[in-house]
Amino acid sequence: MPAASPRVGLFVTCLVDLMRPSVGFAAVKLLENAGCRVEVPETQTCCGQPAFNSGDRKDARDVARGVIAAFQGFDYVVVPSGSCAGMIHEHYPALFANEPETLAKAQDLARRTHELVSFLVDVLGVGQVDAAYDGVATYHDSCSGLRELKVKAQPRRLLASVKGLGLKELPGAEICCGFGGTFCVKYPDISERMAADKADDVTATGADTLLAGDLGCLMNMAGKLQRQGSPVRVRHVAEVLAGMTDAPPIGEPKG
Amino acid sequence: MESTSHAFKANVEKAMVDPGLQKALGMMKTGFQTRRLAAINKLPEFDRLRDQGRDIKNHVLENLDFYLERFERKVTEAGGHVHWCRTAEEARETILGLCRKVGAKTVTKGKSMIAEEIALNDFLEEKGIEPIETDLGEYIIQLRREPPSHIIAPAIHLNKSDVIDAFHKAHTHLDPDRPMDDPNTLLEEARNVLRPKFLAADVGITGANFMIAETGSTIIVTNEGNGDLTQILPKVHIVLASLEKLVPTFEDAATILRLLARSATGQEFSVYTTVSTGPRRPGDLDGPEEFHVVLLDNGRTNILGTEFQEMLRCIRCSACLNHCPVYSTVGGHAYGWVYPGPMGAVLTPTLIGIEEAGHLPNASTFCGRCESVCPMRIPLPKMMRHWREHEFERHLSPSAMRSGLALWAWFATRPRLYRLATGIAARLLGLFGRAHGRYGWLPLASGWTKGRDFPAPEGKTFMSQWAARRKAS
Amino acid sequence: MGRTAEGIMSDARSQILGSVRRALRRDALPADKAAALEARLRDPKPNLIPARARGDAKAVVELFVEMAGNAAATLTRVKSAKDVPGAVADFLASQNLPASFVMAPDPELDTIPWSERPTLSIRRGKTDGGDQVSVTGAFAAIAETGTLMLTSGPDHPSTLNFLPETHVVVLPAGKVVGPYEEAWARLRAGRDGTLPRTVNFVTGPSRSGDIEQRLLMGAHGPRRLHVVLIED
Repeated sequence: MPAASPRVGLFVTCLVDLMRPSVGFAAVKLLENAGCRVEVPETQTCCGQPAFNSGDRKDARDVARGVIAAFQGFDYVVVPSGSCAGMIHEHYPALFANEPETLAKAQDLARRTHELVSFLVDVLGVGQVDAAYDGVATYHDSCSGLRELKVKAQPRRLLASVKGLGLKELPGAEICCGFGGTFCVKYPDISERMAADKADDVTATGADTLLAGDLGCLMNMAGKLQRQGSPVRVRHVAEVLAGMTDAPPIGEPKG
Repeated sequence: MESTSHAFKANVEKAMVDPGLQKALGMMKTGFQTRRLAAINKLPEFDRLRDQGRDIKNHVLENLDFYLERFERKVTEAGGHVHWCRTAEEARETILGLCRKVGAKTVTKGKSMIAEEIALNDFLEEKGIEPIETDLGEYIIQLRREPPSHIIAPAIHLNKSDVIDAFHKAHTHLDPDRPMDDPNTLLEEARNVLRPKFLAADVGITGANFMIAETGSTIIVTNEGNGDLTQILPKVHIVLASLEKLVPTFEDAATILRLLARSATGQEFSVYTTVSTGPRRPGDLDGPEEFHVVLLDNGRTNILGTEFQEMLRCIRCSACLNHCPVYSTVGGHAYGWVYPGPMGAVLTPTLIGIEEAGHLPNASTFCGRCESVCPMRIPLPKMMRHWREHEFERHLSPSAMRSGLALWAWFATRPRLYRLATGIAARLLGLFGRAHGRYGWLPLASGWTKGRDFPAPEGKTFMSQWAARRKAS
Repeated sequence: MGRTAEGIMSDARSQILGSVRRALRRDALPADKAAALEARLRDPKPNLIPARARGDAKAVVELFVEMAGNAAATLTRVKSAKDVPGAVADFLASQNLPASFVMAPDPELDTIPWSERPTLSIRRGKTDGGDQVSVTGAFAAIAETGTLMLTSGPDHPSTLNFLPETHVVVLPAGKVVGPYEEAWARLRAGRDGTLPRTVNFVTGPSRSGDIEQRLLMGAHGPRRLHVVLIED
């Protein structure tokens, strides 16, 4: 069992920081409600995935060193993204395989790092949330969270406790939406077609809301749905779980 | 086979507007996946068998020289011959020599990816020997003179109408007005056309799913029975196989066979698993009089001992293709060479060079589905990333990407400046996008905005809001 | 050039083995290591055998019947060898096939009282494709996946397994084993380290999925695979 009031460092992620701070504040609220003391180290930037997945190990290592330094000393490091959490959890140790001193720190960080929703359920034992949402949602399993960190049942379990929320399973929920980080820049046509397939699947569920745990995927799916003129509202799962849905859905104007 | 892997982007562009291909790809999207899942759900030991399959292949690779020599000795003891070939050219010449020795005019062939790899059909034709593909899918694409687009379903890019067209053109001895709409009729027609060719062939060439060091046997796995007619009817049976197909014993083969069909077609076991050891024995009433194994390196020993060694565990089941969202969007031909999909993205650069095949390991979202279904637990995304590292180190990756990364990394390692830059970016993008909540077009992101909107940021970064909040409290 | 094909081949052989050893960063295996691997080959041990294949004699027969059916083979159960001619004749009639077939010259099959069904016309030998129906025995049957194990030899030409459109296999229940490993153990036990030229594992009739992924039966091998299972 975790300490009564664990000290948690929030790794906001570069996309949430830049594009959708609401997700960060929702994460803070969820963590605080669960009894955590949340801090946000000022020197954090990005997890380094863009470099790592482009084959640029040197820059990936340099960026990772910053993350390792920024998050020393916390009981846990929590990330509202399966992709960035997976990067730290799965790939940091591999990045420093040949640097024994950093390797130990990377392994230590990897052990302490969790994706937000699975942290709430698996580590803190949270079984329900105090939130309400008026709508029917479907949930897309973002790839890294699903396959690297086994995030699958946890969000569904917590969503089931949100008052007023109906859940419809998304056929092909485990199929990639086509975002893929730099992939959507390098091969935009393939990426777009995959997003279109995903949007069709979402539309076919009849749900009015699409949720997921990774902002990159969410922006991709929202962008495609909106280009198709779909009324489906797209949000990060943390926003709904925290009951913080005042901000307009992703890609929608205020008011 | 001539590679068009360097033209991957152009291949993709063509593939995505090909209505026939897209229809065919649409049909394959869930079939293989559903059947695989149903089959493995019936075998609770599946994941433990995967571990053992991985360990068996690793053991073989670590002792490959021993097992190769042991295999050769046993083939020879059983009355067969092993031909060691370093390159595609040596393998082609060896096979030609064996064909010429018996004055072969026609050669029947079972499905073999290695034969595609060494472009055997074109070569034999040039030398006046007619190669006849006998697997239905391979036969169809041979008539159309195109390469396979999938490892176990070579004609999966085609629709029935394409098959009807191909048969109309090729089978001119048949009534042009015969009814052909029922796929069963097409199968029947192929069966009837190929049967006399099986019986007349001088040489039969098959691949091998396994070579068994214990006994010098080779194993093929098929559903049609064509591989068997290919090897028991002609005088000469030639097995064309690459080095890494070795396993020590039949027990080891049994373990991997439990994985193969389930991962490939979702069958519990393929219809025909055939073990061949040497030529026919005294007293046998049928079977080949000669048995040859053409043992091909063609780049495998270059993979051994590198970060790509694990790729040599691959058993060509196609599970990674069948679960790949990129493959199912662009089809197999877009990859431009013999091996498509995730396994091709790793293997192709090892065999034809990363300069030629540089796109392939990049054309992946790293969604990881391939690795999650790979029966041999090959870490395909990791190895695609290794290729990207090679490209980056050798300055083969696009310069725009490199300078973009360098700029990004410069900021990402300087938190203060990073804060400043992201603050400005969030504000500007938020300001202009606020009215609609999103962009229909963005400079530098036109690839994205061609088919998608780009959500506008909320306007202030999380970090600036958090700092302001902390100051206020 | 003046080099013989054999010369080039032996170059290739030593070069490939050399490349393997360089890649593995070692010389040829030391004698003790090689001996250990050799011992492993001489006394092969099964890996994990699925629970489903580990039932008793009765259970594996039932499993074989079920799995063969799943693989689209048909099956008739008879009490004893003397019921086989009737079962074969009935099966052929039910499929509108002529009551004639080519049969493997197998001493075991010869013990079946075929003459009690004089309507059956039987030829013994291999086939060149002119026969509609073949009847053979089997070396073993594997319950795990409903698979028949057919071994080539003077008593069982392999052509009988593939060329006729209908293949009937006479299978005494005692030949049914659970997993593949047990069938291999039985095959090895009766031989001095050599194998038949061909060992066919057959699971249901021939099929193809190469046209629009539709399952079509009877590709190049038999369209029908029928098993007559002798229970005693």
